[in-house]
Amino acid sequence: MITLEHLSKVYGAPGSTAAVDDVSLTVGSGEICVLIGPSGCGKTTTMRMVNRLITPTGGRVLIDGQDTTAIDTVALRRSIGYVIQQVGLFPNMTVEENIGVVPRLLGWDRARMRARAAELLDMVGLDVGQFLGRFPNQLSGGQQQRVGVARALAADPPVLLMDEPFGAIDPINRAAIQDQFLAMQQKLKKTVLLVSHDIDEAVKMADRIAIFRAGRLEQAGTPDEILVAPANDFVGGFVGPDRTLKRLRRKRVSQVHVPLVYSVGQQVEVAVDGCHGTIQVDAAGLVVAMTADGRAIGPVSVRMDSDLRVVVSELLRLAVPWLPCVDGEGRLRGVVSQAAISRQVSGASVAASSDAVSKQGGGNAATP
Amino acid sequence: MDTLAYMAKNLPMIGTRAMEHLSIVCVAVVLAIACGMALGVFIARHPRLAPAVLSGGAIMITVPSIALFGMLIPLLSTIGQGIGWLPAVIAVYIYSMVPIVRNTYTALVGLDPALRDAAIGMGMDSSQRLWRVELPNSMPVIMAGVRVAVVMNIGITAIAAYIGAGGLGTFISRGITQTDIRQLLTGAVAVSLLAIASDFGLALVQKRLTPRGLAPLSH
Repeated sequence: MITLEHLSKVYGAPGSTAAVDDVSLTVGSGEICVLIGPSGCGKTTTMRMVNRLITPTGGRVLIDGQDTTAIDTVALRRSIGYVIQQVGLFPNMTVEENIGVVPRLLGWDRARMRARAAELLDMVGLDVGQFLGRFPNQLSGGQQQRVGVARALAADPPVLLMDEPFGAIDPINRAAIQDQFLAMQQKLKKTVLLVSHDIDEAVKMADRIAIFRAGRLEQAGTPDEILVAPANDFVGGFVGPDRTLKRLRRKRVSQVHVPLVYSVGQQVEVAVDGCHGTIQVDAAGLVVAMTADGRAIGPVSVRMDSDLRVVVSELLRLAVPWLPCVDGEGRLRGVVSQAAISRQVSGASVAASSDAVSKQGGGNAATP
Repeated sequence: MDTLAYMAKNLPMIGTRAMEHLSIVCVAVVLAIACGMALGVFIARHPRLAPAVLSGGAIMITVPSIALFGMLIPLLSTIGQGIGWLPAVIAVYIYSMVPIVRNTYTALVGLDPALRDAAIGMGMDSSQRLWRVELPNSMPVIMAGVRVAVVMNIGITAIAAYIGAGGLGTFISRGITQTDIRQLLTGAVAVSLLAIASDFGLALVQKRLTPRGLAPLSH
């Protein structure tokens, strides 16, 4: 857990404009907290005060309850993973040696360092045999940042600081690395402070978002809280007028779908939320759906773990009010309707959304 | 033809003089590498001192070598070493410091700031940063300074013959005083060849000291 208590940084004489002004924030263990805001808002300064690359002029930083000023600076930094936008891999060292920097500082033996480097390289999705002995100038930007992330994780630090880690990577690779990092985070449960200027990245990655302006923390909360109720015009402007669509990214089909019970070969009548039609599962397990006015829907691409943004996109593309949804094996699991999505994101249902979904499931489920 | 015959006849002597020559340059440059890199690191870490040190060096290098030798005579006479090997080494050392200090400083301050940020952020202390990151990645530029120092000072050492330091300059000074073109050419050619050979040898050393990850890609 990282706790910032009234943290401030003033450059120059006391009374000058503060780069960071009385910021208090708590990041729970295993959470990703994204610090976001326009350039010069103090988000990076705030992050760099956590590993004391910048010394605060006021307030304090606690990690798991311990004041960081009580820890030797060098020891503190070795216990915190650090990833920067420019990656900063050491050009004179191989990938293996780069990953082994902190383990070597901590006095690990060679065999353990090598095993750890191989394990991490595999975790970030790079082929061990191919990449361990390469130098940074033989890697693409995306590969370099994967190694950068592996390097930060080398000594298994509980806390990770990431300064615009994916900002310099092309959009396709960026999405892939973000997804991979989120998958790793599922297992690793690091406490992460991530600086970003990209609200989409924040919504995608964050458990908590902290929005900064001119050194002050304007609002902190879960992505949903911030997107539902921006605290002021600045936050509202920052998250954008399409904030409801942004919320959809963090919601899954499994949260709003209406389960269906069916047997192979049977035709399932759909009568949910005013959506009508039929679904047929043929002997091969293929799901074929038809709207009430006789139009075929398909092929079905909506899965239980798809985010609702994808579902809305498909609903719009096909101009239909509902879609069948399938599980990872392509088996029919239920239907997801425009009405259910609307209820999920309309203000009234925020608090009780999970409850509402389960009630609908019980009440409206169409059964053969 | 005369000159070639002279060279052939005096080959052992040319060898001896070349060794004298090299002993002056080597001792001075090795000392200058140690001190010059240390000073370069120091002013890179204390940038406020850098302009004074670098412009001081620039001034030193404008002092004509014959004048510097002259100035060293009274100073070193106090320990009975006014002429000969020692003042030559000291002068060459002073001249060598300049490119080595300058290149060390330039290389260090020119490193990608992200390397420094990453090194500090990962918990390297000052000397770990220097030895593991900063100096290895500065090696090509520092070695370029060493090569400049060596080539330049092989020429300067030729003049040290006038203060009795020996070396290949002896052929040149005798060639002038005896108006003997054979000796003059022998000295000049030998000094040139020595400079070219040293530069070539140092280029190989530079290649070896350059970390593989910094070398231009070859695949």
